[in-house]
Amino acid sequence: MSGGEFRGGALLEVQHLRKYYPFTKGVLFAKTLGQVKAVDDVSFAIEAGETLGLVGESGCGKTTTSKLILNLEEPSDGRVLLHGKPIHALAGDALREYRARVQAVFQDPWSSLNPRMTIGRTIAESLIVTGWGNRAEIADRVSELLDQVGLRRDQITQYPHEFSGGQRQRIALASALASRPQLIVLDEPVSALDVSIRAQMMNLLKDIQAQSNVAYLLVAHDLATVRHMADYTAVMYLGKIVEYAPTQALFDNVTHPYTKALFSAVLPPRPDRREEEIVLAGEVPSPLNPPSGCRFHTRCPFVMAQCSREEPPLREIAPGHLTACHLHAA
Amino acid sequence: MTGDIVLDVRDLQTHFFLRRGIVKAVDGVSFSLRRGEVLGLVGESGCGKSLTALSLMRLLPKGGARTIHGEVLLNGDDILTRTPREMREIRGRKISMVLQDPQTSLNPVFTIGDQLREAIFRRSRARHRDLTHEAIEALRRVDISAPEQRIGQFPHQMSGGMKQRVVGAIAISGQPEVLIADEPTTALDVTIQLQYLKLLKRLQQETGMAILFITHDFGVVARMCDRVAVMYAGRIVECGPVAEVFDNPSHPYTQALIASVPKMTGSTARLYTIEGQPPSLMDLPVGCRFAARCPHAEERCEIAYPPSFAVGAAHTADCWRMTAR
Repeated sequence: MSGGEFRGGALLEVQHLRKYYPFTKGVLFAKTLGQVKAVDDVSFAIEAGETLGLVGESGCGKTTTSKLILNLEEPSDGRVLLHGKPIHALAGDALREYRARVQAVFQDPWSSLNPRMTIGRTIAESLIVTGWGNRAEIADRVSELLDQVGLRRDQITQYPHEFSGGQRQRIALASALASRPQLIVLDEPVSALDVSIRAQMMNLLKDIQAQSNVAYLLVAHDLATVRHMADYTAVMYLGKIVEYAPTQALFDNVTHPYTKALFSAVLPPRPDRREEEIVLAGEVPSPLNPPSGCRFHTRCPFVMAQCSREEPPLREIAPGHLTACHLHAA
Repeated sequence: MTGDIVLDVRDLQTHFFLRRGIVKAVDGVSFSLRRGEVLGLVGESGCGKSLTALSLMRLLPKGGARTIHGEVLLNGDDILTRTPREMREIRGRKISMVLQDPQTSLNPVFTIGDQLREAIFRRSRARHRDLTHEAIEALRRVDISAPEQRIGQFPHQMSGGMKQRVVGAIAISGQPEVLIADEPTTALDVTIQLQYLKLLKRLQQETGMAILFITHDFGVVARMCDRVAVMYAGRIVECGPVAEVFDNPSHPYTQALIASVPKMTGSTARLYTIEGQPPSLMDLPVGCRFAARCPHAEERCEIAYPPSFAVGAAHTADCWRMTAR
């Protein structure tokens, strides 16, 4: 349904991606009771040097999408292409090559580093795996990476517990950058960090992108972070993209009612500037049994009769700005 | 003026006494809370805001934490001098607390009905049937739909936002005069956060309780609070009415914090950053604790800690640059 209309010649293409998890009862003769549609027909593309922000609340499928792109999960249907090659068919050296090209930085800098390895070893690890070269070359590259992420070269022999959260996130970034990836999946890279450290990390990510032309898939729930980082923004709700646009266009003209609710839930920057708030009733429905028609219709303040029957397709309402809502059918 | 102050904290000092040394996590915190007021306590991790809250509740973590100095006057009565037995009567009825993670605040092996009934029983000693009735009413007040059914459910059967509302219902079941909310919405999604904040505001207006709202998020402060106190390295460095502090942030730390938050409007160019790290709480400088990271630091900042200077109506900042005013 969606797809096709996205820009061609991209670094990474995601085509009609679906991931269903069976929901079973029993152990030995398990019966499948239903399927959790974590990701349901998601398509987008990312070009070199570009950032796509993927926004949504818990359970919307943004993390599953990033796992599929990292080739940590097999899709139930659909494809992920890097330079036009389907990634889930890769094996052996080609898969190892893919892992070098596509890297990740996760939310929690406390659990993503091995506490028993020096940070030098942690960063070198991904170079050793990808067969970077001899000892001396690896050592040079590690020093270079430490410089790049703003850590001191003499910290190479320290262990993760000797660093603060912000520094650990820099270490995680250094090891992601080690193999010179073309895409880094950033899964909530700054949400565990303090305000002042968050700003440092965001600036660093932008600097590195400007230097190395790496593309980012930024999974985040904070709209202001996405606004500062992303060129394009996709909003997900219950496994589907409901709105997709160049970030600036989206922030200038929010069209989908769910996106509107997300925007109005952003707390005001100042006490006196309180805009009209759309408070959504209830919580996100279970993806096990998603609502018929438009999945948002159970909570939508603008719901119409057809919303529960027909699923709205993603329609282009302005150049590059797609929205899946019957309100914008005309 | 003093008549309507419900909680007055004076020069509170809570330190960790470790073998390696003394960690001065809360080191001279003073503030007051008026009846029906929401005071925001803002700061970054490790600034001592949560330990301040735990000191007020007299629920310090095990492992060497002690409140060594100060007064916590609840209606003029210093609760730091109360016995543990007397504190149990005060907690829940006079001063209550909601923590960040509803998952760990609720007991997983009891139904939420059991947990609510227990809290209500401590106050009213009523019969089981009346307790159930009151528990259902308490759930209704926090906007939980079908409370008659929900009351028999276990915490794992509820979503995070719903659990946090149950925790809220338990916390206010004793009709406390002061509620301490320690980052209650940090674990919630944004749309659920807004629901919860609106609920808390409504409950506060209905009951007239005062709230000490601990957060790291200036957006939450702008949405919820009447006044705000900014903490850095164990001390409150700036305090004032929310509009005042947002319009005229006077401590360089407050200025830097506000400037480093990504905004929803305006330029998306580089964000303002604070260089360096907060000082070690085991080895605090004699002068201003922010001096090492401050763009305006002068010689006097390193020599002595600045007193609280008045920078506006009920607005103070601990910064030497405010002397001239």
